[in-house]
Amino acid sequence: MPRQVTYKVGIENFEKYRKEVEGAVQEITVEVHELDAEPWPVDTPLRHVGHDIPRLDAPAKVTGAAKYTYDINTAGMTYCGFVTSPHAHAIIKKVDASKAESMKGVLGVKTFEGNRATYPGYIAAGVCAESPGILDDALQAIQVDYEVKPGPCTTEDAMKPGAETVDMRGESNVRGGRPMQRGKIDEAFGSADVKVAGEYRTAVQTHSCLEPHGSVVQVNPDGGATVWASTQATSGFARGAFLRGLGVQRNRVRVLTEHMGGGFGSKFGPGSWDAIAAEFAAKTKRPVKMLLSRRMEHLLGGNRPDSIQKLELAGTKDGSFLGIRGETWGTAGNGGRGAGATNTMVYNWPARAMRQNGVNTFSMWGRAFRAPRHPQGSFAMEAIIERYAHEIGMDPLAVRMKNDPHPIRQVQWRIGADRIDWKKNRRKVPGSDKGVVKRGLGCAAARWSQAGRHMSRGGPYTVDIAIDREGNVTVANCVQDIGTGIRTVMAILAAEELGTDPSLINVEVGDSRLKPGPGSGGSTTSPTIGPAVRTACVVAKDSLKALLALEWNVDESKIEWTDGDFVDPAGKRATFPQACSLIGDDGLRVSGQRQRNWTSPYRETAGCQFAQVSVDTETGVITVEKVVAVHDCGRVVDALTARNQVNGGVIQGISYALYEEKQLDRNLGDMVNPTFDTYRIMGMADCPEIDAVMTSVVSGFNNAGMMGLGEPATVPTAAAVANAVFNAIGVEVPELPMTPARVLTALEGKQG
Amino acid sequence: MSDDSPRDDKPSGLTRRALFKGAGAAAAAGAVFRSIEAGAKESDTVPANVQGPGTVPVELDVNGAKKKLEIEPRQTLLEVLRLPLDLTGAKPVCDRGTCGACTVWLDEKPVYACTVLGVEAAGRKVTTVEGLGTPEAMSSIQKTFVAEDALQCGFCTPGMVMSAAWAVKKHGKDLTEDQARAACAGNLCRCGTYPHVLKAALACARKGS
Repeated sequence: MPRQVTYKVGIENFEKYRKEVEGAVQEITVEVHELDAEPWPVDTPLRHVGHDIPRLDAPAKVTGAAKYTYDINTAGMTYCGFVTSPHAHAIIKKVDASKAESMKGVLGVKTFEGNRATYPGYIAAGVCAESPGILDDALQAIQVDYEVKPGPCTTEDAMKPGAETVDMRGESNVRGGRPMQRGKIDEAFGSADVKVAGEYRTAVQTHSCLEPHGSVVQVNPDGGATVWASTQATSGFARGAFLRGLGVQRNRVRVLTEHMGGGFGSKFGPGSWDAIAAEFAAKTKRPVKMLLSRRMEHLLGGNRPDSIQKLELAGTKDGSFLGIRGETWGTAGNGGRGAGATNTMVYNWPARAMRQNGVNTFSMWGRAFRAPRHPQGSFAMEAIIERYAHEIGMDPLAVRMKNDPHPIRQVQWRIGADRIDWKKNRRKVPGSDKGVVKRGLGCAAARWSQAGRHMSRGGPYTVDIAIDREGNVTVANCVQDIGTGIRTVMAILAAEELGTDPSLINVEVGDSRLKPGPGSGGSTTSPTIGPAVRTACVVAKDSLKALLALEWNVDESKIEWTDGDFVDPAGKRATFPQACSLIGDDGLRVSGQRQRNWTSPYRETAGCQFAQVSVDTETGVITVEKVVAVHDCGRVVDALTARNQVNGGVIQGISYALYEEKQLDRNLGDMVNPTFDTYRIMGMADCPEIDAVMTSVVSGFNNAGMMGLGEPATVPTAAAVANAVFNAIGVEVPELPMTPARVLTALEGKQG
Repeated sequence: MSDDSPRDDKPSGLTRRALFKGAGAAAAAGAVFRSIEAGAKESDTVPANVQGPGTVPVELDVNGAKKKLEIEPRQTLLEVLRLPLDLTGAKPVCDRGTCGACTVWLDEKPVYACTVLGVEAAGRKVTTVEGLGTPEAMSSIQKTFVAEDALQCGFCTPGMVMSAAWAVKKHGKDLTEDQARAACAGNLCRCGTYPHVLKAALACARKGS
């Protein structure tokens, strides 16, 4: 029977600030499933959850012992690589692979003659060889003749009337999105005291995972297959063309992702490259190793689409928003997803009207990239808010707080403002610093809305738990640890629930023989799996109670779990290890299912960031000096890894704001900077002081109060930096990345 | 900066200038091989010190162990470490001396293993991340990386550990933040672990090893 539980949710730290905000702590009543764990209310003292706990896999990773897909060296390994088209649009007329085929040590060549290559990096031929050296020789010996066709590759060129279309059917590359409208938009703009309009642009950013996409594929003599894949969705990896190429029944394919070197949204399904490797593995009956080259990774491995955003804001002269409207365009490549900009969220907009358009271009499609559409949208929306505040002569933070309905973010704005010393360090008059180097502050808001899922189309998410008579605990699910620390989160929750230590918990993940796990997307991994770990522990403890009941000859319903011990009414007591000693030699194995989410007053996770920058007005160089990032991920399970993840979001955000741009040859469409020396990502030398602050918020959605973190942490950074630049120099730089040239252009416009 | 950036050190640290010079030499060697294929007499064209094509015997000193190997002269130290030796801590990422994921020590100084040929490492002391410690017996810097959570996905981590360890070794307790930054400035991390790496390097230096 489900039970009603009334308990307190909301912020459980920052006592001083939470008292100032109504709704920062609230009482709710939820219906808890009989097998589910009791929710932990605000201010529950916990032994491990919420503390700084080093990640379980760290010793293997810092010593080089951790084996990634790229590191698999099995006996008889062969190597697969590709010849790719350098053209935006071409027909692959002829592939002469005769020399390569006759080379000693070349095991297979697959060509794609006649194919229409609609993006640079399109695979014209694949080769499988006995050594990486022979592979290189063979790839260089392949000659490809192309019939080059027109292929507009930038968003603007592809939008022009009469432009060559990617799908060859439509008359236009613009795939108009459905217009979204809420409230009375014309009335809002008709009655506004103040209207501000702007046009903003962002560049294509590549995921730039350090470990490229790829897999090691082995067809086993028994007819099954083993695949090591660098993926963020291990459970569902064996599918589609990859599975067909392998020629092995799906239930005989084992996929392993013990460690993987970064995904950020780009590594969900297998690629065409994996399918070719699978075909070679099936043909040669030898293991095939295929990892994309750095150039292919930049071209094909995924990107965040660019954007052109036209926005208008209507407001009152005392700082209340009345409405926002606009239209956005972004390159979808060959018809992919994720183009557009989400920029009417966060604040109270009485009226809003937006239209997001994807534009097909002759380039590889975009892939989900850490908070798809959000950093683009945040940049433009927060910039126009900044200009509005300037127009009406109000503090831009005060304007944001006035229009922000989220009680948690109301607390966070206060924390962040104090830690960056907003009152003292913000320039009351933007651009008012004397001298060449000018400083300023900016801020922006983050949002996300994921509290995890209780099931996939394969049924409820289930965590297995195995306990032996020595008290060793194994917690297992196929979910993969992409660097965000789910392994450690699972160990912490199990240790908390079982009264043991996280370092003693063995966690098994990233193996498709385990119960299906969620793909690591949407910041759902921890809030999906974490509560199921607790549920599994509850089931395990019930099994131990049954063993104790036999031993003590009492009714098992009388045995309670108190202070980490099992106790019965007569005063008998057993520690967790004592109870485990009753387990038979075959061990105790049970499972717990993720239960449905409850409803919470905190529908979204909140966050905000503050940036302090200096701008050299002679060179145009922006230096980010400090960022304060205040975030909510529901209840914090591991404070150490959470802060690390927030740092990472900020760093990727600054890198996006200042450096990263996929640059195309304007005539040929090929990427001219597909290397790490020409496509800059932020390094240690540019890294500012980052003050990552977690407000731990019991969300009320699930037994652990968890929500997601990875994505919101990168949403507002570029916007906060851009607003700080505005505050420093008194003029906005409306295009990302804010390169020195763009800064100088903006300054020239100001003088002119 | 130059004092603290290992890759600007002379003579053993590899500079970009040296790399490009090396690439020029390799191109010249390529021309020699083609002339051999065209039928010229070997003794007429090949200087005595040219190795290859085909494999040549080398003896490498890796993590204190002598390894006798047959390798192709064109193979980089990184390829040799990862494939025949199965020391996969050093990672291939950028393949052109930019990202630092393949950082190892050559005669106690950090180098990008993708820009050193395997044959060049013969007779010199190579130290990889596996040589610093194992999960059961970690070195001081590795322990501090764990404690400060100076990693996420971990793919850049072995290289980052080698650079940070070198900074600690060179400057000891007096390691400054700027020196630690400079030492790791050639190591890219996409997850954004720099703040924790910096903390780990400084904490390790303060502890002494």
